[in-house]
Amino acid sequence: MIPEIGHFALILTLFVALAQGGITLAGAARGNATWIGFARPAARAQFSLVAISFVLLMWSFIVKDFSVSYVAVNSNSQLPWFYRMAAVWGGHEGSLLLWLLMQTGWAYAVSLFSRQLPDVMVARVLGVLGLVTAGFLLFVLLTSNPFERLVPAPMEGMDLNPLLQDVGLIFHPPLLYMGYVGFSVVFAFAIAALLAGQLDSAWARWSRPWATAAWLFLTLGIALGSWWAYYELGWGGWWFWDPVENSSFVPWLVGTALIHSLAVTEKRASFKNWTVLLAISTFALSLLGAFLVRSGVLTSVHAFATDPRRGVFLLMLFAVVVGSSLLLFAIRAPKVGLGGRFELFSRESLLLVNNVLLAVAAGAVLLGTLYPLFIDALGMGKISVGPPYFNLVFVPLMVPALLLIAVGPVANWKRAKLRDVLKQLNLPLFVAVVAGVGVPFLYGRWSALVALGIALAAWIATAVVMGIFKRMRATRSGLLAQPRSWMGMHIAHLGMAVFVVGVTLVMGYETEQDIRMAPGQTVTAAGYELTFRGVRSELGANYAAQVGDIVLSRDGRQLRLMHPEKRNYFFSEMPMTEVAIDANGLRHLYVALGEPLADGAWSVRVHYKPFIDWIWIGCILMALGGLLAISDRRYRLKRREKRTAVIAQEAKA
Amino acid sequence: MSRFLFPLIGFVVLLGFLAFGLTLKPSEVPSPLIDKPAPAFTLPQLANPGETFSPDAMKGKVWLMNVWASWCFACLEEHPVIRELTTEHGVPVVGLNYKDIRNEAISWLNRHGDSYLVTVSDTQGRVGIDYGVYGVPETFLIDQTGVIRYKHIGPVTHDAVRDTILPMIRELEK
Repeated sequence: MIPEIGHFALILTLFVALAQGGITLAGAARGNATWIGFARPAARAQFSLVAISFVLLMWSFIVKDFSVSYVAVNSNSQLPWFYRMAAVWGGHEGSLLLWLLMQTGWAYAVSLFSRQLPDVMVARVLGVLGLVTAGFLLFVLLTSNPFERLVPAPMEGMDLNPLLQDVGLIFHPPLLYMGYVGFSVVFAFAIAALLAGQLDSAWARWSRPWATAAWLFLTLGIALGSWWAYYELGWGGWWFWDPVENSSFVPWLVGTALIHSLAVTEKRASFKNWTVLLAISTFALSLLGAFLVRSGVLTSVHAFATDPRRGVFLLMLFAVVVGSSLLLFAIRAPKVGLGGRFELFSRESLLLVNNVLLAVAAGAVLLGTLYPLFIDALGMGKISVGPPYFNLVFVPLMVPALLLIAVGPVANWKRAKLRDVLKQLNLPLFVAVVAGVGVPFLYGRWSALVALGIALAAWIATAVVMGIFKRMRATRSGLLAQPRSWMGMHIAHLGMAVFVVGVTLVMGYETEQDIRMAPGQTVTAAGYELTFRGVRSELGANYAAQVGDIVLSRDGRQLRLMHPEKRNYFFSEMPMTEVAIDANGLRHLYVALGEPLADGAWSVRVHYKPFIDWIWIGCILMALGGLLAISDRRYRLKRREKRTAVIAQEAKA
Repeated sequence: MSRFLFPLIGFVVLLGFLAFGLTLKPSEVPSPLIDKPAPAFTLPQLANPGETFSPDAMKGKVWLMNVWASWCFACLEEHPVIRELTTEHGVPVVGLNYKDIRNEAISWLNRHGDSYLVTVSDTQGRVGIDYGVYGVPETFLIDQTGVIRYKHIGPVTHDAVRDTILPMIRELEK
């Protein structure tokens, strides 16, 4: 009964979503206040209904109801309860339900935090979101129903994919989806503005916090995915240029361009068409990512069950949503004015270059991802595009973009003086050269790429710190008194510098050794001694493990015990590697068990990863910057002013 | 208006490729081993490790080599289909027990039935590497002269037996 209620709630949501899309958009077109008023309650109803069906699916997992096909495939009676809960989004159908929960959740958030917006605008935005929700609901109900029953019910479930039995899984997909789906809000704002024919600074100001919020979730989601792949796959890599990774990275790149472009549109009313196109593209690329992952068009380490019907449906959904938006763009864009003029050298022009670089980089990654498909479609054989292509294309594009990070914030809007800008960049340049030359020497091995990376990071970091100090001196106030959106920008840029340090040093100085270790044997790796004590068997909740005991020491001083594992999950087919990591913020020592060899010896893989934590710390800083930016006073102030105005009016009446 | 149509045009081209992509199956990477002689090996038999087995013993017969392991859930799923192949259709199937523990493999066969002509132990997975095994289960169809004719990736299904594997075997046996 419970799963049927969940299913029924989803069907109801479809009708509410369709009604919301139809009624509110028509109301906005005709100026009918009653119809417009339907937008907010409908958003609330959709969110409640989807939340009910989500909780009911989770309930089926908790009580181990294997008569629900999705539960039987993705769970098992021996699976611990927290993984049973996370297993709700461990497979295709449930992850779509999570997607819907977030889609309706974002729409509900828009209905809550849009008091200062004109009701017509809110109606259009929520109407567009309702139509998008309806599209995904149709997809779920017609091709991927998570509540489908299995008759007869099996005694035992097939277990969750062991790769996914990890804390990483609990948080990675929700964060990523929050990002993907969040961009649908920005998309809806863009479509609403195009429909109304009002592409102006106000539209950009309303969109900005939503774009930044979606972007910060996407940033965290990608970072968490990378961290998860790093310690769970046991290969020691943190980014693989895998099609699924790329399909989250491309929207991130375009989304980054979008938040910068929105800044220009808000402050100077320029780039309006470009911004609107970016807003459409970001969401379109999120949809494309969903299509690529779910349709099985590309092969990837992320195995989702693929079904041709799903691919066809998603492609149609993609075609309708993006095609109609681009058509609307083609009709409306020519009437949009050009906005504020600016000189060849100004903050606008610098941001334009940044936008172009990011867009080209996104295009290059997308091209590499889809290239095997193009070649196959043209009958030219089967190929795969690997990391060499991506590194070759991506790195040269990012170097000028990173250089600009320091330049943009010190250049004036409208018209900047080259001499003034250069004067402010003397110190960053000096620090960059010193650090770039010095760091490789500290590590004892010269590498031009390391020098370049470190110099860029130092260049950005110095400029950020200088910018903050200058402003504090000019305003004669402390760090906390500064506007949060301004601080957010600097923190995010600093995060980028930290990220670059991590990437550069890992790529430049990581080492990897495959060692044969017999019990009692000590080997030296990356300046540490590792003593192998042997391997014992252990039994987990739903797996049997072989656990290695390795003593880590340096210069004869014992540091700690490390326990890399090899697990065999009882109900699935994969043996899993659980790595042991010794981390201290400046480096990781990463130990993975390989294969058993003769006489109790094992092959052991030891990686030395300098500064790898900085990659993820950098991402967290970027997200933190985004969080600061959306918590800025001016967004809260508007609402309070409006509310006091309303109260004053009511008092008068 | 024209230049504002470019995004739409680009999108339509992309859609065309994606739609075509749906008709392709990239996961069906052709095995380089098809129509090549099956790699030779000599491995101990699972039931009595004193005895060995090598593919030469099957010369003159059309047979299947089924890669399985006791830790593999999908192998359990295909197990009834394998039994059907051996009992109802009389196809000789040799089991390659892949990266498994001997006792567990034997008790798995005791529990679920053993219809293999013989099962050999590839504890280290060396032979698996020669055959390009990248997931269990996989099944190879080998002809009278010891040439690999077909490779089935994943659990063998009734449909695959009826539509592909049996017709190929009957054709080869002519």
